[in-house]
Parts: sequence; C-alpha cells; structure tokens
Amino acid sequence: MKQVFHLKVRAWWQRLIAPLDWPLLGICGLLLLLAVGVMGSASPERIGSQLTNMTLALVIMRFVAGLPPQRLASVAVPVYLIGIGLLIAVALFGDISKGARRWLNLGFMRVQPSEIMKIAMPLLLAWFFHQRTTRLRLFDFFIAALLLLVPVGLIMRQPDLGTAVLVLAAGFYVIFFAGLSWKILAGMALTALAAAPVAWSFLHDYQRNRILTLLDPEKDPLGKGFHIIQSTIAIGSGGIFGKGWREGTQAQLEFIPEHHTDFIFAVFAEEFGLLGNVVLLTLYGFLIGRGFMIAAQATSLFGRLLAGSITMIFFTYAFVNIGMVSGLLPVVGVPLPLVSYGGTSLVTLFIGIGILMSIHKNRMLVQK
Amino acid sequence: MEITQDDNALDQFHSRLAVAGGFVLLGFVLLLLRFVWLQIVQYGYYQTRAEDNRISLVPITPSRGLIVDRNNLQLANNYSAYTLEITPAQIDNLERAIDNLATVIDIQPKDRKRFKKLLEESKGFESLPIRSRLTDEEVAKFIARRYRFPGMDVKARLFRHYPKGAFASSTLGYIGRITDRDLEKIEEADQEANYRGTDHFGKTGLEQHYEFELHGVTGFEQVEVDAGGHAVRTLARTAPVPGNNVTLTLDAELQRIAEQAFGDRKGALVAIEPSTGGILALVSMPNYDPNLFVDGIDTQSWKVLNESPDKPMVNRALNGAYPPGSTFKPFMALAALTYGKRTPEQTIFDPGYYTFGNHTFRDDKKGGHGTVDMYRSIVESCDTYYYMLANDLGIDNIARFMAEFGFGSRTGIDIEGESEGILPSTAWKKKRFKNPEQKKWYAGETISIGIGQGYNAYTPIQLAQAVATLANNGIMFRPHLVKFITDSRTGARKLIEPQPLKKIDLNPEHIDVIKQAMVGVNKEGTGARAFAGAEYASAGKTGTAQVFSLKGADYKHHAIKQILRDHALFIAFAPVDSPKIALAVLVENGGFGAQAAAPIARQIFDYYLLGKRPQAPAPVDEAAVERDDE
Repeated sequence: MKQVFHLKVRAWWQRLIAPLDWPLLGICGLLLLLAVGVMGSASPERIGSQLTNMTLALVIMRFVAGLPPQRLASVAVPVYLIGIGLLIAVALFGDISKGARRWLNLGFMRVQPSEIMKIAMPLLLAWFFHQRTTRLRLFDFFIAALLLLVPVGLIMRQPDLGTAVLVLAAGFYVIFFAGLSWKILAGMALTALAAAPVAWSFLHDYQRNRILTLLDPEKDPLGKGFHIIQSTIAIGSGGIFGKGWREGTQAQLEFIPEHHTDFIFAVFAEEFGLLGNVVLLTLYGFLIGRGFMIAAQATSLFGRLLAGSITMIFFTYAFVNIGMVSGLLPVVGVPLPLVSYGGTSLVTLFIGIGILMSIHKNRMLVQK
Repeated sequence: MEITQDDNALDQFHSRLAVAGGFVLLGFVLLLLRFVWLQIVQYGYYQTRAEDNRISLVPITPSRGLIVDRNNLQLANNYSAYTLEITPAQIDNLERAIDNLATVIDIQPKDRKRFKKLLEESKGFESLPIRSRLTDEEVAKFIARRYRFPGMDVKARLFRHYPKGAFASSTLGYIGRITDRDLEKIEEADQEANYRGTDHFGKTGLEQHYEFELHGVTGFEQVEVDAGGHAVRTLARTAPVPGNNVTLTLDAELQRIAEQAFGDRKGALVAIEPSTGGILALVSMPNYDPNLFVDGIDTQSWKVLNESPDKPMVNRALNGAYPPGSTFKPFMALAALTYGKRTPEQTIFDPGYYTFGNHTFRDDKKGGHGTVDMYRSIVESCDTYYYMLANDLGIDNIARFMAEFGFGSRTGIDIEGESEGILPSTAWKKKRFKNPEQKKWYAGETISIGIGQGYNAYTPIQLAQAVATLANNGIMFRPHLVKFITDSRTGARKLIEPQPLKKIDLNPEHIDVIKQAMVGVNKEGTGARAFAGAEYASAGKTGTAQVFSLKGADYKHHAIKQILRDHALFIAFAPVDSPKIALAVLVENGGFGAQAAAPIARQIFDYYLLGKRPQAPAPVDEAAVERDDE
C-alpha cells in the first residue's frame, strides 16, 4: 500500500517536471536568487511579497510549459484580440496614474493590458507567418507590420514609451526572423534616421528635455537630471569589487529613485561592482544562448519565430534597463528582467520562459 | 516579388539567428565598456561624488504671494502654524507609533485617514503632516516627550488663509495638495525643481490661473547628512524668493455688498469697468469657505459641498448658461438699426400676440401694447415688437450681430473653465444635432430668439461684457480680474491695463437711440421702481428667463414650485454719459427682473458712484409686486 502510494507520488512528480527545461530553469533560478539578494539590500520589507510573486510566476510558467505549441498557436488570435480590446478599454475608462492612462480597474484588481501585448504580439505574428509558411509574399510582411502597429500606437497614446518600445521590438523580431529582406530592413533604418528630426518636432517639451538631460544631466541636477546623476554615481562608485552587500551609501541613503523597481541595477552595481555586473551579464548571456538553441532546434516555423523573438525580448529588457540606469539611454519605464520588484513583469517573463520550454519539449512531436 | 519558403528557409533562419546573436553580443560589449568607463576609469571621480552626497540639498518652500483687492485689502494671505510631521521611513511600526502619539496629542480618526492617504501618495522618506495647527500647549507637551517619538517632529509651516472666509470664493479659488494631474502641469511648465518641498497647488479660480506667479522660487539649504540620512548641520543657504503679489481690479467692498444683496438667493453678478474691462465684482451665490481646502478637506465637508442641490462649487458667473430673456432686446434693436430693418420712429401695432404659421406667440401684456415704436418697445419690453423683428432679421443675421458682442464665445477672463454658452444659428443647429430632421432650422424657431428665449443661453459674464461694450460705444475689452502683479524681488509691476480687443463697427446715432431707451427703462419703465430717486443717470434693461425647459434631474429634491419660477435678470450701466460701471445680475428663480435683480444693481451703483451703503438687505416684496411687463 505504502509502496503504491510512493509510486503514485513519483509518477505525479515525473509528470510535474516533465515539460521543464533544466538549463533554463537553472539560469532563472540563479537570477531569482540574485534578485532576492539585491532586494534584501534595496527594500527588505518587500522580499515577502516578491517571493509570492515569484512562486506565482513559476506556477504559471509550469502551466504554460505543459501546453503543446499547437495549443499556443490556437490561442494566438483570441489573446491578441482580447489584448487590443483591453487597450481600447484602457483608453476609454482607464485609471490615471502619474498623468498616464495605463491601468484598467476591474474592481477586484488592476491590470495593465499593455503587458499582455508583450507576449500576445510575438504569438500572433509567429502564428500569422506559420499560416503562410509555403508562400511568403512581401504583402504578408505589410500585413504583419499593420498588426504590429495597432497595439503599439495604442500604448504610445497612454503614454507609455517603455512598453511601446518593447512591444514594437517583440513584433519586429518575429518579422526579422521570418526573413524580411535586408534591402527593406536597410531602407527602414534609413527612413528611421531621416524621420528622427521630424519625430523630434512632435515630442512634448518634457520628452525632449528627457533626451537632452541624457546628453548633459548636470544641466538640471535637482530636476530631471537627478535620477541619472545619482544612479551613475552609484554605479561608478561601486568600482571593481563593489561596496559590499547593504553597504551602498547611494542606495541606503535613498539617493536612488525607485531603487527597488526600475533602478535596482544601480543598487546591485554599487554593492557588487564590475565583477557583479559581469556575473549578471553572463547569466543573461546564458539565458539568451539557451533561448537561441531552442529556436535553432525548433521544428515548426511557429516555434522558431516565437522562440527567437521571446529570447530577443529578454535581451531587449536587459539592455534597455541597464542602458537607461547607467546613462546610455533615455529614462523609460523598463524593469530589469527577473530582478526588479513587481509581479506583472515577472509573470510576463515567465510566461515567455514557459513558451520556450513548451517549444523545446515538443520539438519531436510536431516534426512533419 | 515573392519570397518562397523552401529548403533554404531553415538555413536562412539560422543565419538570422546568427545576426541576432551578433547583435546581442554587441549590446553586451557596449554595456561592458560603459561599466569599465564608470567603474574603473571614472571610479575615483564617482567615489568622491558619492562621498559628497553626504551633503544633501534641502528645499525651503517660498511663501505664497498675496492676493489683494484694488484697495490693497488682503483676500488671500499666509499664516504660520505648527504642524506635527512624521517621516515614515524612520519608523518601524507606524500604527503603533501613531497610537503612542495619540496619548500625548489629540489625533482624530480623520487625521489618521488623511495621513494614510498622504502616505500612499508619498515616497516614505519625506516628512508628512499628521496634525496641523497645534496649540502652544500641544507643542510644549510634545517637545517635552520628543525622545519617545523618533521620526516625528514639530515644524513651523506656512498655511494659505482666506481672511474673509466664504467671500468671492469662486473667484479666488482655493489650493490643495499636489496631485498627479498637477505634477503633469508642473512638469510641462518645467518647474519640477522649483516645486521640490512644495505641497500645495492652486486648484481653481485665481489661485489656479496665477499659480506660477504666486508660487515663488524655492530656496535650498546645504545640509550635512550622517549615515542614517539625518541632518547634522547647515553648511550654506540660498534664501527662497516669495511669490509675486497679485492686485485685483476687484473692489472687495463692492463685492461684499453684492454678495449680501443676494441674501440666501442663488445667482450671479458681474460688474465691469467699461473703459478697461477690469472686473469690479464677480459674484456666484451660494459661495463656500475656501479655507476648508487648505490642508485637505475631509470627506464629510466635501460631500456636503459637492452634493448640495444649490451647487456652491459651480461658478455661476462663468459656467452657468441662461437664456437672457428681455435683456437681449436692446441688442436686437441695435441689430435692427444696424441692418436697416427698422428706424427708431417706425411703429408696429401690438394686439397682444403675434401669429406665425399656425402658431401664436403671446405677449406678456394682455390686450397688447398697442402702437409701439423702438423706444417704447424697450421701455415697456414689448414682446410682439421683437417677434416681428426677429422674423425680419432672420436667425443668421441675429447670430452674426450678437457674435460681435461676444455672445456665445468665451470672454477669455483670467479664470479657467469658462463656458461657451449657446449662440443659435443655422450652422450651430446643424452641428449640434444628429437627426437630419433636427439639423434643420425652422423659421418659427427664430421668433422666440428675438425675446432672448429659445436656444439662447449665455453666461452672466458674456452678458456683462456685452453691456459694458454697449456702454463703451462698441469698444470691447477682455474682462480681467488682475490689475497688476508685483514682482516680490524688484517691486516692479507687471501687467498693465490691457488694450481694447476691438471696436465694433456701429453708428453712434444708433447707439444713442438704444442708450436713451435704456435710460427710459430706469426712469419710466420696468426699472423705474428700483431706481426711483437715484442721484445719477442710469440705463438698464430688465429680463425674465423662463426655465421650464431646464433639465430637472439635479433639482428633484427642491420644491418644484420654486424651481419652476423664472430667472430674474437685469443689465445696466451708469452714469449714462461716461459709464464707470456696467453690470449683469442674475437671480435664479427670482421671478421678475424688475423685482429681484434690479434692486441689487441699485445698491451696487449707489455704493460705487456715491459711496452709499445699503440700509437693509434688498427687499423682496413678492406680494406687492404685480407682474411687470417684461
């Protein structure tokens, strides 16, 4: 009897862990461990709720990993349409916070529909190209661009530049991996360059200031330059070895704004120095490398495009966040993947990880 | 062009992956170079800067500029009071700490609620007030036990104060704590640095419109901070610059007399100096006490104000749109002269009604006014005359002429949120309605426009501006409340009397005809009773606006009888030869203009021109007044 029970548990456990990809899970585990460590310095009172967020995100990841890719493909269109619907609802009845309309109040919880789009967008485009596997025309790329620009436009209007950039990038990667010709890509790059002065004239004064501040943060040390100056001081004063855990004066004296969310990298870099930064970049490097491997081995176009795009989203998150905190890019609201405090982005990213796992585990099943 | 998916597709995908990989590598190398630059090359520099950060800049809030009337009487000033403040980041168990504090100092549940709200909006490391206006005794009690309350301190802060309480409240407006919306305005005005340390922001009225003048320039103190972030000593100090003082064109005494004349009636009054556009009195009744808002209004008081059927928070002078009733007639007559549709001498016969199509428009006077020329049409307020006239002019001529006087467009007064009102025309109707049947203008609709009814709806300030322009022979000014602003640093006065907006092209003889008729109103017509024995020559026109078409939902708790009563209106200016004051009065549900609105104008003129104060509140002898013909 006891033996049977033991076997049952064993079987159950086997089923539970079957869809998991151990290299991916290992890297994510290390990143989460690191996140808890930094949180312990930046904002210890939030560790508890962040652990809850992490648990929830891992459960969701396991659920998604267990879904076969065909299932993922079949929900692509509905999820995208729901996302668009929610974005329109936000524009009409969203809550306003800090001057932007991003949240939808459902009564029992507040949701940020633009977050859904980070996953829905690559899912839809991968599905779209997969439908046209055999005959891919230029016209299809045109349609794909349209499907991409609708949600991006809606998110820009909120305004939420950070999320808009991420969704745009997510969609772009699918189109890129689908094989949009180099000539067109080059043309787009040139157009973007040419359009920059026009776009400049359309920006709000405060948005221009944000970019000018990046060029010379000392111009307005108490106003807009304050964040950048304080975070670069934190990073720079960390040196090679860092000041040590909970020893960062910049972080502990509250000079770093939003030091547990978007600017948490400044806390990390101050306390763990260049060596810490290299470790962090290496972890992200492994994560991205594993993602590329999964993409390369995927057997359907859907799986390839989706895996490639999701992997690149991780890179974009990390690059934009670190670039922003270290003063290379203008300040936009992008969290440090898997490390910043907050449940929403964590869940989004782990859904992505779950999708990667699903694509990898099912690579044999879908072949031909 | 066709891109086909063949066996090469996988190769193509792999090469794309390789490109993406290269891109990732490039990005990481870029970040690494940045780290090397910051953490190795510039390490020494940043280390020093981090050390320097031990010196922190503490903002010193400037005192807010004063608002004074034209005679330098203070309408908004500041006073210093002690507040008890808490720095949440320095306290472990906030609830218990506050419970402890409550044993020493009186903390009401509403104080806690307000503090909790502030806490949610703040970043935790700034200090937040939990109780303001401590008594000296309370301060002493706290100071003696301060060691028991780390993270709490008594601070002297400046508070906005409206010394006259509920007075000119919709004009002055009020200030309240900065919200996200305000932050956006501050950001757009590029004032973030200047608002560090400031808690309050102008929400309505003059406080809102002149916020950036009144605020001043924030000063800074360089303070040495210990490892815990506590100030050790002051190293240097840049003094704040107080906000600029705003001097109004408003005459506070005139305003007071006007507000008192309303008693507990609802309504609005706008008095303008015709030769400048300067506003002498701007009344919206009932009013409220703006002091309630200064350190956060509690929910109870807010509910009372916001849900009152009398709507004290609505600025009726700027946002109420009312049919002008018979006060529209002088302008109609002027239009008739200008467009050559009538001469002053031309008469009509009024049998007491006017028939158009199969509809009969009734005159107020049973049996009619008989033979009426232009003078009598204004003095006796003959409706039939204007029914006919409206039909002869046509709706679009009326609209074109009235637009010149500013009817139906914002006056541009220096308070935000003014309403447009409705100047009906064929184009307006086309735009306003969806149904093609409704889009069409029917000739029959023009008739009641002539007596200021129908779709007509104007704000009291538009009416006042129009009268002032008429009094000023067609020269129009933008109504404004501020005479000048005194720079607190240099003492220099900014904003001088504005230039006229425009001169309406009118024949002076025509203007004279209208003015003489309006003089007749106050001498022998509907305004005669109110202006009996006046020692100056005044010109006016009474009006009564029907309200039966008003949407009643907001008013359902009110006695039906009263809300169905007409609005009383009166427009006037004096002295006739060189007008010093022009005004528009509206008494909601006041009945007839002659009875309810004109006596208020008489009090205003008596004080402004002769310095005579009213003996008793304006008499309302409802029974005694027979239905005047308006």
